[in-house]
Amino acid sequence: MCEDCGCGDPALVPVDPTGGFAPRPAGEAVGVSTPHLAALDVHEHILAGNNALASHLRAHFVEAGVLAINLMGSPGSGKTAVLERTARLAGDRWRFGAVSGDLATDHDARRLAAAGITAATITTGSGCHLDARLVHDALHDLPWRSFDLFAIENVGNLVCPAIYDLGQAANVVALSVTEGEDKPLKYPVMFRKADLVLLTKIDLLPHLEVDLDAIRDALSRVMPEPRMIAVSARTGEGIAEWLAWLEAQRPEAAGAGASHAHAHGSR
Amino acid sequence: MHEYSIISALVDRVEREAHARPGAIVRRLHVRIGELAGVEISLLRTAFETFRERTVCAAAELTIAAVPAVWRCLRCDRELPPGAVLRCCDRPARLAGGDDIFLDRIEMEVPDV
Repeated sequence: MCEDCGCGDPALVPVDPTGGFAPRPAGEAVGVSTPHLAALDVHEHILAGNNALASHLRAHFVEAGVLAINLMGSPGSGKTAVLERTARLAGDRWRFGAVSGDLATDHDARRLAAAGITAATITTGSGCHLDARLVHDALHDLPWRSFDLFAIENVGNLVCPAIYDLGQAANVVALSVTEGEDKPLKYPVMFRKADLVLLTKIDLLPHLEVDLDAIRDALSRVMPEPRMIAVSARTGEGIAEWLAWLEAQRPEAAGAGASHAHAHGSR
Repeated sequence: MHEYSIISALVDRVEREAHARPGAIVRRLHVRIGELAGVEISLLRTAFETFRERTVCAAAELTIAAVPAVWRCLRCDRELPPGAVLRCCDRPARLAGGDDIFLDRIEMEVPDV
């Protein structure tokens, strides 16, 4: 068996991908043909389309001076509550926008709006994650260029969202203290992609037997540069440190205010 | 189940190549999936079997190469053992492979001119 092409017939030799693979000119007679096997080397990321659109978004965010954060975590890990608290503390300093992804309902976006955030919902139906296309389309309904901080609250899920670049400047993963110390070891793909882990609901610690050092140890085995901030959206503990972290991620505002010069691609 | 969305992107990519070559029949796809890619290979196969019907991939086999995760030290080049703290020589280790979600090759049967 020919291992190169798997065709099973040594007479069927893979052709040179450039020489033998040119499209047939239009109108050329086909005649009686004998099929042959051709191998085309692609070596391309399967999500190259998503990644290209994410790069487009990222360029826009940087140029407009918008700090875009991809906030991920389990359902119920406290993503929305952290954003609400952030808006209440920093709302006078930053213009704060958000999109919130859920399979159904606009409950989170309503909560964010009530906290003073300019928010829109992305309803994914059965989709388990946001992709760059969904975020891009949502931006058309938001005055995003005026935002200082743009939070993309992903679908609650510790698996799928990690794979899709959304054009964010940083990935933040919310991990609540009730989820178990070994959660990072169980979901290494998500935590490897995190620039920051927000340990949420620490006001519950007196009621739990949670070893924070065990969480830190687990993170150090899946994140090469582990960074964790412990917060409580309820009491506000740790939120100042989280705000300082956000401030440090702000893009250089050099390009801010420049015109949206190039034509937008197809929607 | 993002595996379906990955297969959808894969089939779209293959369609572009197949449609550029009239009469081509896609016989095999070679993809490469890393251990830390977040893609479950068995689910990817299921998604492919389900999704390929009535597409250019209907007659295609899917060959998946699984790539193990490898963390290395940037300074001493040591490969870290599985489960280790991701630091060596007082600096963060680097992922040297295992996050791939790649289409490597398309094999097609094309009519001779």
